[in-house]
Amino acid sequence: MIARLIDGVPARALILLGLLLAFALFAPLFASDYVLTVLILIFYFAYTGQAWNIMMGFAGQLSLGHTLYVGLGAYTAAALFVHYGIAPWLGLLVGVPIAATVGAFIGFLAFRFRVGGVYFAILTIAFAEFARVGFDHFAWTAGSSGLFLPVKQYSGNDLWTLRGEPVMFYYVLLAATVAAFIGCRLLLKSRIGYFWLAIREDEEAARAAGIDTFRYKMIAVIISAAMTSFAGVVYAFYYNNLFPEQIFHISRSIEIILGPIVGGIGTLFGPILGAFILTGIAEALTEGLHAIGVDVPGAKQVFYGICLLFVIMALPDGVWPWLKRRLGLTERQS
Amino acid sequence: MKPLLEVQGVSKRFRGLLAVDKVSFEVPQGAIYAVIGPNGAGKTTLFNMIAGVFAPDGGAIDFAGEKIDGLPPNQVAQRGIGRTFQIVRPFPALTVEENVIVGALMKRTDVSAARAHAHEVLRRLDLYDKRAQRASSMTLPDRKRLEVARALATDPKLLLLDEVMAGLRPTETDRMVDILKELNRDSGLTILLIEHVMRAVMALAQHIVVLHHGANIAEGAPADVVRDKAVIDSYLGAEAIA
Repeated sequence: MIARLIDGVPARALILLGLLLAFALFAPLFASDYVLTVLILIFYFAYTGQAWNIMMGFAGQLSLGHTLYVGLGAYTAAALFVHYGIAPWLGLLVGVPIAATVGAFIGFLAFRFRVGGVYFAILTIAFAEFARVGFDHFAWTAGSSGLFLPVKQYSGNDLWTLRGEPVMFYYVLLAATVAAFIGCRLLLKSRIGYFWLAIREDEEAARAAGIDTFRYKMIAVIISAAMTSFAGVVYAFYYNNLFPEQIFHISRSIEIILGPIVGGIGTLFGPILGAFILTGIAEALTEGLHAIGVDVPGAKQVFYGICLLFVIMALPDGVWPWLKRRLGLTERQS
Repeated sequence: MKPLLEVQGVSKRFRGLLAVDKVSFEVPQGAIYAVIGPNGAGKTTLFNMIAGVFAPDGGAIDFAGEKIDGLPPNQVAQRGIGRTFQIVRPFPALTVEENVIVGALMKRTDVSAARAHAHEVLRRLDLYDKRAQRASSMTLPDRKRLEVARALATDPKLLLLDEVMAGLRPTETDRMVDILKELNRDSGLTILLIEHVMRAVMALAQHIVVLHHGANIAEGAPADVVRDKAVIDSYLGAEAIA
């Protein structure tokens, strides 16, 4: 498995990845509280972007409702903790299957009845919206008034119940990002990865090559939904409050997909790079505008939009494919 | 011995248009057969019914002694029918090698085994040196060969080729003809091709089926078919035998 994991990867890329990982591991020793919260956000988006990328980047199925799975994971684990004191690591054994089942249901509806392209995207938005409206009236999760996790002063970091300092969440999300990166690499280099790419490129030709496209699209949705919902569990315990109006809002789905788009859809490192770039720009703009004393509402969003526009116009395939060539990290031919 | 492919009175109607009208023919194991006929004669529709893209409105299709009409394309492929598309559709963003690996993975679970098989197929089709190229950056003749390679990598018993010669120069056509002959001779691959390029049809086919307005108007050995009055009138034109 290790052999397959690093097969064809240039030594330079492995060294760079190692350095990056070492940097990420030791960052909390040097980072201020503020920088640490930014890094947490970056790894949150790197991880969820990676999960979304399985569906869009690998299997070619555009989901614009991925925050649905974040919310389902978050609400399930949080409600089980609030009501029964069930630890999130056990709660996710419930939340992740729920998200995967909902993903499978949406996938089944769409793929069975040949709903594709933008219509599939609309279907994913619709289900996220159902959840947003539905959870507003769902008493068990406190409806629209929001679900709050008890916050106390903790003597230390309790990893089992995810109660503690930001640095604990940083390491949890870093581990999740690394695991997702490795997992996606293995998937992409396996039989299923080739089938996904074939489906993404040309579904009819994929079927002619013997691929059961329904089955492999379903697997992509289920894996992607399950992975995304884990981010939701962490989100709930990090922020300690959940509102349907926020967590199921379409803007959250868009936030998830921007990283991979900017970094490079269908690439393995794109979602990570994209998360760094976007969160980096957003924070730099906040700080920058604050420093020069600009206090116009929406100014940040305008600048953010311009930056996005520039990246997409200059590098339509994303930043990573370009950077990869510049760094000379193209894979060896076997 | 039972023929490998049996097409029994299949019909397909698109709204008012009867695209294929009770066509029957059989392809024996190990043969090379051609389907010819003017544009709009229903050749590609016939292929699509064999390949499982459409279910016939009437009639039956048996392959290797089993009914295959009504099966979806992926299951038809699994049974052992590989196909190419008239308008080539390789996976554009994938490399030549990756395209063929996808085909090779149909009957292999291990990617390295599939890659080894893909290399073998690529060598047969003179594409090995271009294996790192993206399919989207290839010339048309190369893309046509890539389509054949991808279909071949699935280890089919029957290969359906939809106008693989169209757009090729005569030397490229001859090369393709040689490759197909080799495949047929070395591995006993049965081939059914739709083709307009008579040079290739005459060089390859042992038997020709002629479609016109969806119906089978003539069938037989190439030398006889090209002298058939109905075939000359509807398709070849008088100058073809001059």
